[in-house]
Amino acid sequence: MDAETLQSIRAMVVRSKRRDEVFGLVGVAALMVGVLTFAALFLDMAVQGMARIDADFLTSFPSRRPAQAGILSAWVGSTLVMLVTAVAAVPLGVATGVYLEEYAPKNWITDVIEINVTNLAGVPSIIYGLLALGLFVYQFGLGQSILTAGLTLALLILPVVIVATRESIRAIPQMIREGSFACGATTWQTVRDHILPYSTPGILTGVIIGMARAIGETAPVITIGALTFIAFLPPSPFQGTPPFVNADWLLAPFTVMPIQMFNWTSRPEAEFQVNAAAAGFILVLMTLLMNGLAIWLRYRLRRNIKW
Amino acid sequence: MHVMNFSLLAVSLLAGSIAPQASAQQLIKIDGSSTVFPITEAVSEDFQKLKKGAVRVTVGISGTGGGFKKFCRGEIDISDASRPILAKEMADCRAAGIKYIELPIAFDALTVVANPKNAFLKAITIAELKRMWEPAAQGKVTKWNQVNPAWPDQAMKLFGPGADSGTFDYFTEAVMGKSKSSRGDFTASEDDNVLVQGVARDVGALGYFGYAYYVENKDKLRSVPVVNSAGKPVEPSLENVINGSYEPLSRPIFIYVNAKSADKPEIKEFVEYYLKNGGKLAKEVKYVPLSESDYKHALDNFGKRKTGTAFGGEPEVGVKVADLLRRDPKE
Repeated sequence: MDAETLQSIRAMVVRSKRRDEVFGLVGVAALMVGVLTFAALFLDMAVQGMARIDADFLTSFPSRRPAQAGILSAWVGSTLVMLVTAVAAVPLGVATGVYLEEYAPKNWITDVIEINVTNLAGVPSIIYGLLALGLFVYQFGLGQSILTAGLTLALLILPVVIVATRESIRAIPQMIREGSFACGATTWQTVRDHILPYSTPGILTGVIIGMARAIGETAPVITIGALTFIAFLPPSPFQGTPPFVNADWLLAPFTVMPIQMFNWTSRPEAEFQVNAAAAGFILVLMTLLMNGLAIWLRYRLRRNIKW
Repeated sequence: MHVMNFSLLAVSLLAGSIAPQASAQQLIKIDGSSTVFPITEAVSEDFQKLKKGAVRVTVGISGTGGGFKKFCRGEIDISDASRPILAKEMADCRAAGIKYIELPIAFDALTVVANPKNAFLKAITIAELKRMWEPAAQGKVTKWNQVNPAWPDQAMKLFGPGADSGTFDYFTEAVMGKSKSSRGDFTASEDDNVLVQGVARDVGALGYFGYAYYVENKDKLRSVPVVNSAGKPVEPSLENVINGSYEPLSRPIFIYVNAKSADKPEIKEFVEYYLKNGGKLAKEVKYVPLSESDYKHALDNFGKRKTGTAFGGEPEVGVKVADLLRRDPKE
């Protein structure tokens, strides 16, 4: 190898390294667009709303007086609606994903279903609201209740959960299934003992994304008839007499955080804008808390996977 | 098996929910206009405190049209309305056998606002407003001197509520003589705070919206006196709206009470509380109250259960509340 060839190889290496660095910088810049925008919004809300955030704000009902108004009915409503959403969307979405990946025959019908499920993720949320108004509110007679809202948002995030379930099931090496089948396990035994435990962390990621979208939704919840002023809480799910739990809260009227915020931002008094910022801050915290829980669960489950 | 636990929980919760709901608590359901919302919210807040939680009130904001839809299906007890009930809605209610009592509860004065730096706009006539906002002005009338030669050759920017708003309906009815007839090339927003910001930032701007938004932003905006039918320029203010001289841009806003609901003691009490305290509370949320005698008259009409509407399903501009209350309502 002569000196000239060596020289050109070295130059090529330097060029490639430089390109590598340039792409790294482009990546950081792209990341920062998102992170900084979120940070700016979050800080702006925090600075504006911080003065209003105290225990009273969390434990007071809405009021015409900005200084006395709080978000009690809104955050309780949001929490309960999210609970219903998770309880409905997770089993349905996971079961669908497992069926499509492990059971469904590979033919054109399955393909059509797959394409439709993916497309459903892009349907505007108001459409789900209108569907739910006709189906849940009037057809099933569930009324303008927490149950209706939870089921509506569950429909909304179902595609996300299904797609996430399928992606994480696909990431499981084929040899795991083959090993299981070789030992004489049925498909269900394989799914129960291997596929589901190994894909749970990935499924949880999908659930996080879906729930984070659902908690901020306003349009479909307004469409099904969520309220704006409500100064009482749904009945407690627990009671002192047997059977100790009751489901009355599912049919109770409610409001949610984004609606409360929306109402406050459209009020003439400047003090209500502060309330809206404070409510926005709490809403972001609620989302982070929900995600934190899922991330912690995911971490715990991942530790148990040994392969 | 987290997933299985979840589904078991879901099944048990759903099964439980089918059981009939205990409804010992008295509930008053209200929905409708977001313009009326602040007053109804204030009344509901105080009424619930007064009753110490024995009566519960819920208020939604589906809009006047959305509110009437629910009202005529019998889903709510009271409908908040920023305009009188329309012929189509009257027919719906009639078909469902729902009778109602129409009660004016306050005024909303549409306020024409300009930028505080605008020095030449001392007053404005309805004819001038029409030249600015009529559909024929679209794309053509873009400078102030095209509306009135005495005004400068300066770009004019218009701000107003979106076409779904009751404020838009009333303004167009009052100025153009035909509801929803307006030029389309203005900055429209359903959020009045956006309009406030727009007019506050642009020297050549003119806009209109509810009085409350002007009162809260007096430091950023200037209200423009509107020449009334007597030829006198009048500022929007509590006195001028109550004494009737600020016309035609002030309008009464209403609640409609389901006559069957009105027989329930808690709803009767709520409506009476509304009419007795509505004036004070309307003022507190920056709306213009009716006169004392109008509230008394409304209370009297409610006591007599005068069902129907004083308007007959047609929009009407510049009518006095006292006259409305004296009319024989139609269903």
